[in-house]
Amino acid sequence: MRDFSYFRASSVDEARNAVLQAGGALLAGGTTLLDLAKCGVAEPATVVDITHLSGLGEINVDASSAVIGALARMGDVADHTQIRAAFPAVAESLSLAASAQLRNMATIGGNLLQRTRCPYFRDPATFPACNKRNPGSGCPAIGGVTRNHAVLGTSDACIATYPGDLAVALVAFDAFVDLGSRKVSVDDFFLLPGDTPDRETVLGRGEMIVGIGIPASAAARNSTYLKVRDRQSYEFAAASAAVGVELEADGKTVRDIRVALGGVATKPWRARAVEQALIGKALDVETVERASGLAMEGAVSHGGNRYKIELAPRVVARAILKMAQNVGGLA
Amino acid sequence: MTRTIHLSLDINGRRHELDVEPRVTLLDALREELALTGTKKGCDQGQCGACTCHVDGKRVLSCLTLAAQVEGRQITTIEGIAAENGDLHPVQAAFIENDAFQCGYCTPGQIMSAVACIREGHAGSDEEIREYMSGNLCRCGAYNSIVAAVREAAEAVR
Ligand SMILES: Cc1cc2nc3c(=O)[nH]c(=O)nc-3n(C[C@H](O)[C@H](O)[C@H](O)COP(=O)(O)OP(=O)(O)OC[C@H]3O[C@@H](n4cnc5c(N)ncnc54)[C@H](O)[C@@H]3O)c2cc1C
Ligand code: FES
Ligand code: FES
Repeated sequence: MRDFSYFRASSVDEARNAVLQAGGALLAGGTTLLDLAKCGVAEPATVVDITHLSGLGEINVDASSAVIGALARMGDVADHTQIRAAFPAVAESLSLAASAQLRNMATIGGNLLQRTRCPYFRDPATFPACNKRNPGSGCPAIGGVTRNHAVLGTSDACIATYPGDLAVALVAFDAFVDLGSRKVSVDDFFLLPGDTPDRETVLGRGEMIVGIGIPASAAARNSTYLKVRDRQSYEFAAASAAVGVELEADGKTVRDIRVALGGVATKPWRARAVEQALIGKALDVETVERASGLAMEGAVSHGGNRYKIELAPRVVARAILKMAQNVGGLA
Repeated sequence: MTRTIHLSLDINGRRHELDVEPRVTLLDALREELALTGTKKGCDQGQCGACTCHVDGKRVLSCLTLAAQVEGRQITTIEGIAAENGDLHPVQAAFIENDAFQCGYCTPGQIMSAVACIREGHAGSDEEIREYMSGNLCRCGAYNSIVAAVREAAEAVR
């Protein structure tokens, strides 16, 4: 790890200013930043420690929304009674992520900004080329080992998967990222790789995430996060789904349904086609399975990741059927 | 030329003064600067749990924590959990009783993780212990005995 200087910020403005100096990087839980510094991917000149700032770690839930500070720890949000009651998919996406130790360290703001686990991206010594690290240098994953790479939202420049779980639940429930001077929906916050895979979010230089907000809804209250992976715990998703369902008063017809996918796309992926196919319908196994197939519209395989195209719709269907059963609406 | 920074760390109830480069992790500070070598380095990348310590009573990975970051926090390592008189912590005793290790390399991390796991209330069943101890890998595969030790220690503490 290259050496850097260390600066402990005592206010948000101080932190923002320190980052604006060349090569400054915010340090929250450090579980992405220090990991990538050790890989030689991140080379900050100054590390700006924001963990001693007060007031950014709060979790407030009322009837209309949840507001969570950027420095709230993953573990504290996962265990929060009101989050678990009003946004079970959000709580589950966190408790199924990483390990207990990492969840005690990692923050909500840092979590959104975690980087891809693409092994080519993470190993600059062996693979100098990578369009995310060195724009225009090429993508060694294309034509390489692609078991964990994305099938949705890819481009000719990059097929790296967005690895996080939380953002998948957030995008399903129309959450937004609070940048202090502006608020951006989580869906708009993350960018598709296109020709510029080095730009992953709309976060500008010197901007800082101060928190996130999640609107309350009946679908969010009746929701789940289903994560399928190579081992039962402490592993990133091979495919995951955040699903929420609200039925009409008849107890059968879908009024509102939210579906988002993780582990298969270059950004947290809202599957609106699946939602549209199910609104106004009764949920039986066949209808749900057919609609879930729409989640893979436009999917492209690069060989090793072909299995995801079959796996992801099954994960979506299983999650929808579970939530249908939960509200007694399984036809 | 390397710039060092002066740190004052509270470890196992004692104050330690040290001068280190800013990039030095808590793990390296413990092992290389303070001769507290009970905390182990496995992967050095947050993937194995061998370096687990407590910061303000919560289990964390010392390999992904900067020493500079934890000034003013209370740090506890494996050297700090036995009683003053040398009596082992109930989790340490349960690991010996259940033969919950082979080479022993992962053991300090397992024990620090288990102490926290029990305190968090996440040791209610074998299934729960396996889930909440999943951040500690054991290359020798002593998992069955580790689960038994955590279960026994959780009962002893209760
Ligand atoms: C072994 C391992 C397994 C993991 N498994 C999973 C998993 O299964 N699922 C999952 O979702 N995640 C997983 N993770 C990723 C983990 O969740 C992230 O590393 C963590 O959430 C990042 O948060 P942090 O606070 O530690 O971020 P940091 O490392 O402190 O920061 C990450 C990035 O965000 C920037 N940053 C931090 N805070 C802010 C802010 N407030 N405003 C603007 N920029 C900011 C930093 O400068 C840095 O670039 C795993 C990580 C490891 C090491
Ligand atoms: S040495 Fe810290 S997790 Fe492996
Ligand atoms: S006892 Fe050898 S690694 Fe766990």
